[in-house]
Amino acid sequence: MNRHAGYFGRSLDLLERHDIDIGNTVRIDAGRIHRGIVMPRYESSTDLRLVIKLESGYNIGIEIDKIRHIQRLDNADGADICIRNMPSPRSRGRLADNAAANAAGTSTADTADTDTSGASADTPGILDTTRDALPNILLISTGGTIASSVDYRTGAVTPTLDAQQLYESMPELAEIANITSQVALSEYSENIIPADWLKIARAIADADTGKYSGIVVAHGTDTMHYTGSFLSFALAGFPIPIVLVGSQRSPDRASSDAAYNLVGAARLAAACNTPGVFVAMHHGSSDDIIACHTATRVRKMHTSRRDAFETIDGSPAFLIRDDTVTRNISKPFFADSSGFNPRIRLDTRVGLVKYYPGLEPAVIESMTSSGYRAIIFEGTGLGHIGRTMHQAVRHAAEKEMFLGMTSQCIYGRLRMTVYESGRDLAGLGVVPLDMLAETALVKAMWASGIATTPAQMHKLMLSETASEFSG
Amino acid sequence: MDEDFLRAVGVRVGLEIHQQLDTGRKLFCNCAVADPDEHPIKFSRRLRPAKSELGQTDPAALFEGAKSRTVQYSADPGSSCLVEQDEEPPHDPDPGAIQTAIIIATALHSDIFRELFTMRKTVVDGSNTSGFQRTMLVSQGGYYEAGGTRIGIQSVCLEEDAAKILDSTDKTRRYGLERLGVPLVEIATEPFEADAGRIRQTALALGRILRTTRRVRRGLGTIRQDVNISIRQSKTVIEVKGMQQLDMMQETVTYEAQRQHGLLAISEKINKAGGLHGGNFEVTCALQDCKSKIVSDALARQEHLLAILWKNMSGLFGFSPYPDVRLGRDAAELARTFGIGGVFHSDELPGYGIQDADVQKIREVARADAADAFLLLAAPEHKIHVIADSMVSRILDIAKGNIPADTRMATKSGQTRFLRPRPGAARMYPETDILPVIITDGDIRSAHALAPKSWDDSILQMQEKYGLNRQLAEQVFDSRYLPLFERLCMSEKSSPNFVASVLFSIITNLERKGLDRSRLSDDVVCDVFSMLDAGSIPKESVEVIFSRIMSGEPALDVLKSAASTMSDAELDAALQRIVDENVSIIQNQGAHASGPLMGIAMKSLRGKASGRKISDVLEKKIEKLL
Repeated sequence: MNRHAGYFGRSLDLLERHDIDIGNTVRIDAGRIHRGIVMPRYESSTDLRLVIKLESGYNIGIEIDKIRHIQRLDNADGADICIRNMPSPRSRGRLADNAAANAAGTSTADTADTDTSGASADTPGILDTTRDALPNILLISTGGTIASSVDYRTGAVTPTLDAQQLYESMPELAEIANITSQVALSEYSENIIPADWLKIARAIADADTGKYSGIVVAHGTDTMHYTGSFLSFALAGFPIPIVLVGSQRSPDRASSDAAYNLVGAARLAAACNTPGVFVAMHHGSSDDIIACHTATRVRKMHTSRRDAFETIDGSPAFLIRDDTVTRNISKPFFADSSGFNPRIRLDTRVGLVKYYPGLEPAVIESMTSSGYRAIIFEGTGLGHIGRTMHQAVRHAAEKEMFLGMTSQCIYGRLRMTVYESGRDLAGLGVVPLDMLAETALVKAMWASGIATTPAQMHKLMLSETASEFSG
Repeated sequence: MDEDFLRAVGVRVGLEIHQQLDTGRKLFCNCAVADPDEHPIKFSRRLRPAKSELGQTDPAALFEGAKSRTVQYSADPGSSCLVEQDEEPPHDPDPGAIQTAIIIATALHSDIFRELFTMRKTVVDGSNTSGFQRTMLVSQGGYYEAGGTRIGIQSVCLEEDAAKILDSTDKTRRYGLERLGVPLVEIATEPFEADAGRIRQTALALGRILRTTRRVRRGLGTIRQDVNISIRQSKTVIEVKGMQQLDMMQETVTYEAQRQHGLLAISEKINKAGGLHGGNFEVTCALQDCKSKIVSDALARQEHLLAILWKNMSGLFGFSPYPDVRLGRDAAELARTFGIGGVFHSDELPGYGIQDADVQKIREVARADAADAFLLLAAPEHKIHVIADSMVSRILDIAKGNIPADTRMATKSGQTRFLRPRPGAARMYPETDILPVIITDGDIRSAHALAPKSWDDSILQMQEKYGLNRQLAEQVFDSRYLPLFERLCMSEKSSPNFVASVLFSIITNLERKGLDRSRLSDDVVCDVFSMLDAGSIPKESVEVIFSRIMSGEPALDVLKSAASTMSDAELDAALQRIVDENVSIIQNQGAHASGPLMGIAMKSLRGKASGRKISDVLEKKIEKLL
């Protein structure tokens, strides 16, 4: 870790002059005498205070102007403490990171290097505690709250724990399955980009489906349903269940939902024997039932509750209570029963446009002129956008872009034949897609990566692949 | 309190006062502070101990974690929201609570930090849905005067109150969320030498400083104190919770000091005898035919029986250096916190239905000779070894001359019992959802301006404003009735002395008779005083009205019927009847008859007209007759 993470300017100068690093025990005379450990600082705030952890465990800020004397205490008094879980280079608050690094006289690249090497110590090998009678599960970690802990640089929670640590802190997993863990990424899900979907999909496609009974993917919750949708399309026909799992409370707190969700995901992966891509999260506020949702039909519907995920217009595919798995779905997840047909490709030149009164047609025109392959509209009501958009839509259709309609109502069917405006749009070439807007977007990216002609694109978009259509 | 004993062992105590603040909202959300009748929202959780940022796990957290109970929560939407349910990040801390904490720190001459960090203090007994209590260290150092002595202050913290326990069984605990998140300050004093009266005086003076800010909640449960107790020969400080009753404090401190001193004496004996742990032995089979009800019940529940062998320690589990201080008792208390009732030690056996033959069987299995002692423990298989290991390490710790660092609970009988290991610094980690709070020079200046007057000045002001004597003024100021008293005195018709006498003698007397004070809301008290002011009820009715409401009659009905006092004509008729029926008394006693007749009249007319009026009318009638 950086010796002085978060300190810059005057406070950094003070630490350097006295040869004090983060983690050192110090004695400070600031009118009162304080003894404690120097902690990393919130880098975004001031250079006028040091953060000290007192023996009582409390952190306090001491104004450096009030410090009359500061002295590092050597090991006899207080052994230097190695603070674990230092931030990864891609954590939140990058701007402030640069500011601090610059102030410290190092380049951003240096800081990043330092941090990466620190994190690499945590990078796991394969953990195998094979017990013959138990099924095998591959646990792929991508980051997110479920794999995160406190970041002392920003003061926020950062993805740093790897799958092996998760496994160690949830020993009951050992009774469900033999778990092999693998780190694909270490990112909050808001930072995950489509290129990462490809990485995750390839990691899964490479897995030995003869050995494993299922794959569990630990993922941040914010964009879990986008990743889940991509895996559903790109890995169509994958023979064993893929279960995405996240948590809404980080595992560094006793009340975390991570353990329960992960145990539920592992049970599903071990026991359900059903091909498909699912999202396993709390069913309610209590630590009792885990709901496993169809990945193409699920949405994060609350910013913070444990049961934020909801299967839209349907029931969760499975419910898990203790060691009982209840199945709610009857039809196969993948439409094509002819076997695994991996098509791990995509094209990101696809727009998702939420219609609102006053939307400028120029938004559409600019997508059209920038070579976009498709636009998914999040229209109003049954599937409408205002007539001011018609001209721009016509231009897009003339360029043979795929134009799909979904509804911003989220719940309920799409129906473009009820009102005149819907029929007009259909006449212009807008295709109703009875699926969630996010799912339609991801499907259009995937289909754009595969289709070579507009007709092929149209066909891919309208034929069901992975239970993505409503009802 | 045994002064000589306390001096001899050098008992030192420090107080930790937890006082709820009256800011009208919770510390990390906008919920009101209320006492709901119903809890429509219910959910359940299981907490698991997590590591601190220094990579350590707190001993208290591990201890609670080993018990692994389900926690059930009940909430009502009026007094809690998603924040209390741990389903939403905390909001910014209440500025009013921060200001109050700074004012209190200022009043205690404490050194305020200019940047406050909200910390998470691990609490995994379920009393916090998050698994931690949010707390910030506001200041350190300082002092205040109590009974002519200066008491040092260690620290002032601002924290959120925990959820209220509703009930608890071996497997589950149930909490209500209404109290969770109520702001409170925790004030810790420096340790001082415990002598009779001093602890009480110190606590009282600190409570009074808090009340003079007029920003703290009053009444039952709004102030709690823990007492930290240590003796000269040991570095261990024992935290004793639940010492609400100032009267019991001195007795509890004496017991706790005896317990600590006694453990050291026990340790000395163990060392002299060469005592050591001889291993744990499964004796489930050996005791299959045991006649003891406790043992046979345990076997019927499929529990296991374990003997923990202690070489050369015969007689030491029953050795009692002070009343109720024994190693056997210490071990049993620990087991009880795991929900295990049946722990015996060999010094009390044979006994409790366990025969000599049973004891011999145990001794055979454990290869124990007469000089050895054993503990016998019955528990479910999955936790028996966890419990046994906890007991062994505790006894080994005591044998080494240490007093185990406990959090203990004061009992009603003036003793203390084991609650959990005392948490350490490993329980603290930063609350990452909340930015540090910066305290500016302006904040400090305004805290100085708002810091309360001294107790004496506050009392003097009360005396002058309301014309009360000092004792009554102190009584009013110390009580939960201060805000109500001031509200009632706003009416010019109510004399402050009368208001005080209603609040402190009438209501208190009714409470002493066993009536329920909580049925009498402040609003109802105010209504009664307005009726008095309007002349629609006589003063004598007040006690009757309060007594009926406190006995459970609906307040509205009582007030309605009380308001219907007798008309003058009705009163006249009623008194005429009394005079007519008692003509002989009047003829015999003349004017002196007014005494006995007044007695008869008041029996039937109390509360329906004022005593003065009854007496006037009655005297006129007697005169007329004579």
